[in-house]
Amino acid sequence: MIALPAHEFLLLQACIPLMTLQKIMRRLALAIFALATAHGVVLGSEPPVRFNRDVRPILAAKCFRCHGPDANHREAELRLDEEVAAKQQRSSHSAAILAGNPVESPLWLRIVATDKSIRMPPPSAGKPLTSAEIAILEQWIEEGAHYEGHWSLAILTQPDAPRVENATWPTNDIDRFILAKLEARGLSPSPPADPATLMRRLSFDLIGLPPSSEQIEQFQPIDDPGSYEQIVDTLLASKHFGQRMAMYWLDLVRYANSVGYHGDQEHAITPYRDWVIKAFNDNMRFDQFTIEQLAGDLLPDASINQKIASGYNRLHQTSHEGGVQIAEYLHKYDADRIRNFSSVWLATTLGCCECHDHKYDPFSQKDFYQLVAFFADIDDYRSFRGGDSSPTKRDPELEVPSPADGKIRRTMVTEALAQPRTIRILERGSFLEEIGEPLAPAVPQVFPPLHIDAQRPTRLDLARWLTNKEHPQTARVFVNRLWYLFFGTGLSRTLQDFGSQGAWPTHPELLDHLASEFIASGWNVKHVIKQLVMSQAYRQASLETAEQQSHDPENRLFGRQSRWRLPAEMIRDNALSVSGLLRDESDGSSARPYQPAGYYRQLNFPQRTYQADMDAGQYRRGVYIHWQRQFLHPMLRAFDAPSREECTAERPISNTPLSSLVLLNDPTFFEAARMLAQTTLLETNGSENNGSDESRFAWMWKHSVSRLPNPQELKTLQNLLDQNRQVYQQNPAAARAIIEVGLAPSSDSVDTVELASWTAIARAVLNLDEFITRN
Amino acid sequence: MTTTLSQQNNASFARRTFLNRGSLGLGSAALATMLPNVSQVAPGKAAQAADLPSELPHFPPKAKRVIFLCMAGGPSHLETFDFKPRLSQMDGQAMPESFTTGQPIAQLQGQTLKCLGPQTEFKKHGQSGQEISSFLPHTASIADELCIIRSLHTDQINHDPAHTVMNTGTSISGRPSMGAWVTYGLGTLNQNLPGFVVLTSRGGRNPQPISQRQWGSGFLPSRFQGVQFHSTGDPVHYVRTPGGVTAEQQKTLVDTVGQLNRLRNQSQQNPETETRIAQMELAFRMQTSVPELMDLSDEPQQALDAYGVTGIDGSFAANCLLARRLAERGVRFIHLYHRGWDHHGDLVTYMNTCCNLCDGPSAALVKDLKMRGMLDETLIIWGGEFGRTPMFQGKGKLPGRDHHMRGFSMWLAGGGVQGGTSYGTTDDLGYHAAENPVHVRDLHATMLHLLGIDHRQFTLNHLGLDAKLTGVEEEAQVLKAIIT
Repeated sequence: MIALPAHEFLLLQACIPLMTLQKIMRRLALAIFALATAHGVVLGSEPPVRFNRDVRPILAAKCFRCHGPDANHREAELRLDEEVAAKQQRSSHSAAILAGNPVESPLWLRIVATDKSIRMPPPSAGKPLTSAEIAILEQWIEEGAHYEGHWSLAILTQPDAPRVENATWPTNDIDRFILAKLEARGLSPSPPADPATLMRRLSFDLIGLPPSSEQIEQFQPIDDPGSYEQIVDTLLASKHFGQRMAMYWLDLVRYANSVGYHGDQEHAITPYRDWVIKAFNDNMRFDQFTIEQLAGDLLPDASINQKIASGYNRLHQTSHEGGVQIAEYLHKYDADRIRNFSSVWLATTLGCCECHDHKYDPFSQKDFYQLVAFFADIDDYRSFRGGDSSPTKRDPELEVPSPADGKIRRTMVTEALAQPRTIRILERGSFLEEIGEPLAPAVPQVFPPLHIDAQRPTRLDLARWLTNKEHPQTARVFVNRLWYLFFGTGLSRTLQDFGSQGAWPTHPELLDHLASEFIASGWNVKHVIKQLVMSQAYRQASLETAEQQSHDPENRLFGRQSRWRLPAEMIRDNALSVSGLLRDESDGSSARPYQPAGYYRQLNFPQRTYQADMDAGQYRRGVYIHWQRQFLHPMLRAFDAPSREECTAERPISNTPLSSLVLLNDPTFFEAARMLAQTTLLETNGSENNGSDESRFAWMWKHSVSRLPNPQELKTLQNLLDQNRQVYQQNPAAARAIIEVGLAPSSDSVDTVELASWTAIARAVLNLDEFITRN
Repeated sequence: MTTTLSQQNNASFARRTFLNRGSLGLGSAALATMLPNVSQVAPGKAAQAADLPSELPHFPPKAKRVIFLCMAGGPSHLETFDFKPRLSQMDGQAMPESFTTGQPIAQLQGQTLKCLGPQTEFKKHGQSGQEISSFLPHTASIADELCIIRSLHTDQINHDPAHTVMNTGTSISGRPSMGAWVTYGLGTLNQNLPGFVVLTSRGGRNPQPISQRQWGSGFLPSRFQGVQFHSTGDPVHYVRTPGGVTAEQQKTLVDTVGQLNRLRNQSQQNPETETRIAQMELAFRMQTSVPELMDLSDEPQQALDAYGVTGIDGSFAANCLLARRLAERGVRFIHLYHRGWDHHGDLVTYMNTCCNLCDGPSAALVKDLKMRGMLDETLIIWGGEFGRTPMFQGKGKLPGRDHHMRGFSMWLAGGGVQGGTSYGTTDDLGYHAAENPVHVRDLHATMLHLLGIDHRQFTLNHLGLDAKLTGVEEEAQVLKAIIT
């Protein structure tokens, strides 16, 4: 017969007091049968489980909702996210976990119970544990049920690079971390990408633009190993580097040119965008970059640029709708700021705590409102005064001259009130239900303390706290995102959630190494990026081998590079660049490319019609495009650019017919094709092949996709050219119609029929998968 | 907001699941909206199996599609479906403070609150005797098809956030709209059109703006976002080939690009490339299918007259007819917006304007679908983002009403809804939802239920949370009482 430990009776009696002894016996027998079955899964020589890697994700996904940090929804007084609580006797219950003894741990008995009325998680929750998960929990308890601090909050260490067998492959420590894991699995890294692919990759990744065909020709990394580093240095020093990095930063901070709510009026903020670009180009230290945005206005003798940077605090959405209740919207703005602040610098989902304690992470509702208190000095009252006009004036604003043309532009800045607003907890996030005492600014307790002597810590203190070298999270969050920009996924794949529901990093030591290096280098962004792109890991081919497909289909070990469709702005910039239309003007007000007529017809207060730029503004880079939150330019939208209502750390990558329609028919792309065709014709006139079709195909391909077409491709292109020539020779009026698309004038020295026919070829090139893919 | 690659995989798995099952027993091939979106990582992994959305539909659906007739601006429930004789008696008197103390107020903040009686008369209509106002004679003629809910309430008192609640279940931005959720779950039945189509109409008073966010896909893959069809210019952005290129040339171009992509992909082996080829071919087909949809020349005059349509002119009438054409073609979620229902002042004049534009076509759509045998499988929902105050607003003799979130009316028809019925009430003055209050999330739960979806199981993991249309906090209720 089965021996029954006394506390199991207690447990079961507590749950089902009316149950007969006979039923209990039967259920226990079933439970112990299940136990034996599950046990079989883990017998053998499994490596020890790691709490953070193996156990916390299970508890977080399946248990914390009712047994986690949220005090208001905690069942049976049991909390499993804290070691002490999980292992201590509760008032009416025994300890849930008896370290080393799964068979006597109520937690384990409950998860293997066959009786649905006592099984955990309750079947009604719809989140059953898998047998593998049960086995992990059993092994964990057996091994002592050790907890670990959460990885992202652990003190930053500077791990030594591991030893590797293949000592010739690595160029730097990044490679040693990557290679060690591959070798442990018996896998090898991929060979280097071919020079043209590598050059294209580097160019798009560092400046967001394609390389010129001259750059491709000069780039001989095999003959001249130093040439790679030279190119890296050149690209890092390019003014286009800042534009490329700003594309990403502006997504994070939700930079846009309109207010977002209701009338979506324009507001004045472009100098902030230009400040971001310049900061990246100047390689401003990331700690300073952080401080100036969050609290530039509070710095002693704040410069104009520091005030412009403080425009960060004004990037949230605002409403100018009649009937807005000020108290309600002050609260909406507060919450918007905390969501963004905590996503951008901490990759936490603190925004959940607007209404309730966090379900999975140790953040309380009070933590949220204490953070709000840091920002309570920002003068938001004057935000409400902008009426039904566009651009709407949203004081406080500053007038600043544009470095490009000297024109005066307005820009929103932060100004502190003499007396910060009083902040209290809002019950369920409702502005009608303030509860408790006024709160002083404070940081959540799970983070390192904020050591401030002053009575009331300020935004400046908060910004300095974030970039204090003791802070474990800020550097990890940022270098993880840099890794994503250059490898396609983060070392932790959840770029915006470093909490318990987020993804454990695939290479935690490497993440720490990079974060430490980042801080030690003086928060030097270009330095870390250079480390990344100099690595052999970065330079690998992106083609997937059959072995990789079977052993590491998601490329978690980074045994190859990734490939992805370019972001929206780069697709535009690429087309403008190869067609020679791209204009270099930086700074200044927003660019307005062609846009379908009537697209703003639903905007009101006031009604608006879009005026496309009729000058060089038409051909500026995507990063400068006017960002209308409610009606983002359809081209940007079709290629997944976000509306920038919230922080976006990772854009989705979709593949839809709407994006195909853009490449096929958007006048921007059609015009680019026409100009690419014209340049091809002009450049190949009188060339050695005397302007043969074949030499023209070759020229166009080299300038667009950095390679020559192969014979089959040439044949395919020739067929397309022949068909189009036939059509346009018969119908010259149609050829002339093509010239009408776009502002750029056509050259008189080019035959119209030829130009129209070659435009079809150029359209084919701009529509190629290869043209919009980073390999 | 982001969609991680694993979420995209989940979504494509859901689509495959749906394809395997066939479409609601129709036997026709169902496709996820806008065709697949293969993620950048290799497909075919089972690693995230535990996180996959449950198989859909969860149970046999009653409705195959939804047509949502959004009356943007917030029509007055007190002049449409919710007759309050007591309010009539108290016309001009002070609004009792017991109703309003501590309540959010929009434009009437700081003003004296007075009762405003109903500005029209109500009669009972149909065999069911539904009470409907004289502003809506055509709607009254379909009274026996309607389930009128008089106890809706929402969380937000300003237009933009209230629309966001109506569409996404919360006022926090970045969440998917209901149309995106539904197409994500069920896909589309037409491979040449998007699964979620939005039409906005013109006419009436100075219209409220409506944001593209209202049909956004939030953190769902962007192919599930609503696609807006326009009545002027190109019906879909960039659906027209630029001048100087014939359809045949365009076809050759698309074929050539496909050939070149395939040639290149022999060495690249990129699964994304195959998808891109398919999407480009679909894009080309849309260049035909969309104009064909918008071309009414195959509609008999009788049908045009029934709706009051004179052409594709951006009117609500034309959009109702297009809604039927979209429904016929297998579009899953069709969302119409008519703006202009924000009647702070001169309510009678503007009610006449809006009702003249919307009443007839709404009723014609219901009748038309019924005649075609499509009403049973089509859920129609009619209403605004909130209601209007029982309190007077305005200057002088032309009264209006302010925004109101604590109680308002909507109607549902077809798609498994019991016609000729009413559900819920407001209090004597039409202020608070009283009997059987229905939150917007309950409406969502009910809509999903009719589509065969259990809203509690219809989740997608986003930033660590199993996000649902019906939210994570209080449990939404399916209104079982109104279902056939």
